[in-house]
Amino acid sequence: MDFSLTTEQARFRDELRAWLRDNLADAQSAPMAAMGAEDGVERRRSWQRRVYEAGYAGVAWPKEYGGRGLSLIESMIVMEEMSKAKAPDMINVIGLNMAGPTIIHHGTPAQKERHLRGILDASEIWCQGFSEPNSGSDLASLQTRAVLDGDDFVVNGQKVWTTLGHVAKWCILLTRTGSADEKHSGLTYLIVDMKSPGVEVKPLVQMTGDAEFNEIYFTDVRVPRENLLGGVGEGWRVAMTTLMHERATLGVALQVRSRIAFDELITLVRAAHGASGDGEAEGEGALVRQKLAQLYIDTEAMRCNGYRGLTRMLRGETPGPEGSINKLMWSEVNQRLMETALEVEGPAGMLAEGEPSAPDGGRWTYQFLRSRANSIEGGTSEVLRNILAERVLGLPRSR
Amino acid sequence: MDFGFSEEQDLLRGQARDFLDKQSAPSAVRTLMASESGHDPALWSRMADLGWTAIPFPEQHGGLGLGMVDLTVVLEEMGRHVTPSPLLSSVGLAGMTLLQGGSEEQQAGWLPGLCDGSVIGTVAMVEQSGRWDARGVQMPASRKGDSYLLRGEKLYVTDAHLADWMIVAVRTAAEESGDGVTLLLVDTSSPGVSVRPVKSMDQTRRMATVSFDDVEVPADRVVGGEGRGWSVLRRGLDRTLVAISAELCGVAQRAMEMSVEYAKTRQQFGRPIGSYQAVSHKCADMLVQVESAKSLTYYAAWAVDEDVPEAPLAAAMAKAYASDAARSVTANAIQVHGGIGFTWEHDMHLYFKRAKWGETMLGDAVFHRERVAQALEL
Repeated sequence: MDFSLTTEQARFRDELRAWLRDNLADAQSAPMAAMGAEDGVERRRSWQRRVYEAGYAGVAWPKEYGGRGLSLIESMIVMEEMSKAKAPDMINVIGLNMAGPTIIHHGTPAQKERHLRGILDASEIWCQGFSEPNSGSDLASLQTRAVLDGDDFVVNGQKVWTTLGHVAKWCILLTRTGSADEKHSGLTYLIVDMKSPGVEVKPLVQMTGDAEFNEIYFTDVRVPRENLLGGVGEGWRVAMTTLMHERATLGVALQVRSRIAFDELITLVRAAHGASGDGEAEGEGALVRQKLAQLYIDTEAMRCNGYRGLTRMLRGETPGPEGSINKLMWSEVNQRLMETALEVEGPAGMLAEGEPSAPDGGRWTYQFLRSRANSIEGGTSEVLRNILAERVLGLPRSR
Repeated sequence: MDFGFSEEQDLLRGQARDFLDKQSAPSAVRTLMASESGHDPALWSRMADLGWTAIPFPEQHGGLGLGMVDLTVVLEEMGRHVTPSPLLSSVGLAGMTLLQGGSEEQQAGWLPGLCDGSVIGTVAMVEQSGRWDARGVQMPASRKGDSYLLRGEKLYVTDAHLADWMIVAVRTAAEESGDGVTLLLVDTSSPGVSVRPVKSMDQTRRMATVSFDDVEVPADRVVGGEGRGWSVLRRGLDRTLVAISAELCGVAQRAMEMSVEYAKTRQQFGRPIGSYQAVSHKCADMLVQVESAKSLTYYAAWAVDEDVPEAPLAAAMAKAYASDAARSVTANAIQVHGGIGFTWEHDMHLYFKRAKWGETMLGDAVFHRERVAQALEL
């Protein structure tokens, strides 16, 4: 049991910190800015390019494809330090956390050569086409068809909840090549050029008023056979790699996000009530103190859960249940955090984002609304509980 | 960075589980529950033979020179078996406090007995107010020549009926002058000390009210200096918090396993009840709580072993989380078991009661969340 970094890891962290100090000042920081906001895309793209050029994008990716061949610990250090420094999010989240690792794992040498560098330097943005209007939690029931016609697959169907779909060059697309009753074994994983004829992207406006997601319609879209990832009918296995990477990355990243949100919440509380500091707060004040302390404890629990999962992966064990545990915890903690924030704001919690008189310009209101999606996106809390119950605890299937 | 147990620690866990499966099976636990002292000297001496009582103490005093991380491994297993044993009192409360504040001479005099299990110690701190902080210590001790004269009563003293000595927290000065608390190492056999066992809800863990009727304690029995006892005790308590949290992790883990096992086999409406999400999701929530309680406990164990600045915060976080987790997991475990879980015959109530003891002892989640709030300067 050792929580401290080795000398080399500490040096890596210190170099990164120094780099962030020198480079962050002019890279405008807005960690809570809406994901889909148009003006943010180019700013985040150029930020990622700088990060890549400095050698901090994809540190655990193979050297021959632009990575640094380091371990998961260094990846985690990058995530933690970037977040602590309130660096902007890198634009290519799907590429870095999902498409890239899947291509590294299942891609042909030509696919790796073609795609990995473009993910790292953000010259090509990626999106993910998994969910469909009728296939949310039950992903394997998806209906988007791909039919082989000569050297191309011809794709028809609709995807939804596609982050960055409006600016993406590539899409990792899960399609059905077999019959509907083949379910998992009838799926095929394709890399689709979003600029192909027949691809149509429509923004999906959420309850926040923002449009960070899209719907994508595919009408007779031709995808060259060489863009097949894994084999025909192997889509489910490949998709699991994508989702496992999403969850493993989330294990650490979500905790860091919560911690930043917590720190900002404390600032809000101090502004609203002034620091009491004497531990003798009474009534509502004492209740808020209890809630804040519990939120802090929960974020620390997620951090330690993440570290334990990481240790298992570094020891070559199969990733444990921590990924799903942390996603489940995070969504509930983040919702509770935002609820506490609005409680602290009092009547001002009724004001909308953009209202000048609202605390922090109303961004807590935005985050409060946005947080309702936390327990739905990336696996609903119900599905995650099924996963934990069935795959970790070995309880009988519920369906 | 490595956030896992070493091979030696995994071996220790396996050894502890095997030993307790045999020596602390439910039938043996129930026999002890029904006994007057709730203590099995033979079991205690076998635990001492295995070295468990010596784990966190320095080798020069007869210890194994290991730490709280190692003790955590054993205590998790003891929680799993709801083993009745004074280990928490003797090695945790008394041993850790003496180790944190005892002079070299005191340690040389008193630790070897704790290490080989021939002597049992405990700590007496709480009074009528029921407070777990320094303000709870109001019992006075007056100086009389080379001794202190103690008069008063201490409550909820764990394993006092077994203890050969106890560290008693008394007030020798008002709070304004330093912490004002003095720790005195008192022989239970001293004239004027009377131990009155109380009935505890958790029959596997005994407590007593200890009265001091003009008990004379030599001045060389002060641990950590007059009026400076609280800071020493706090360090001892923080280490014991980790120990209780570890025990709670074991309690909750076992309660979860029993629930999962039951949910797989118990059939209602023609299906195992674990196939209903109302049941399986309860079990999933147990897993989240158990794993997170472990993560925070292991982190706290490492933190107190390394004595990093955030160690008190880490200990408070672990105790706050594990307290809530164990209560909630064992309560839900009764629910998953349905009627059978509410019977005396079923073992679940042992886990539920131990969880409640552990939740309350040394401060519940509300108390430790307030400590967290203060550490964060809220």
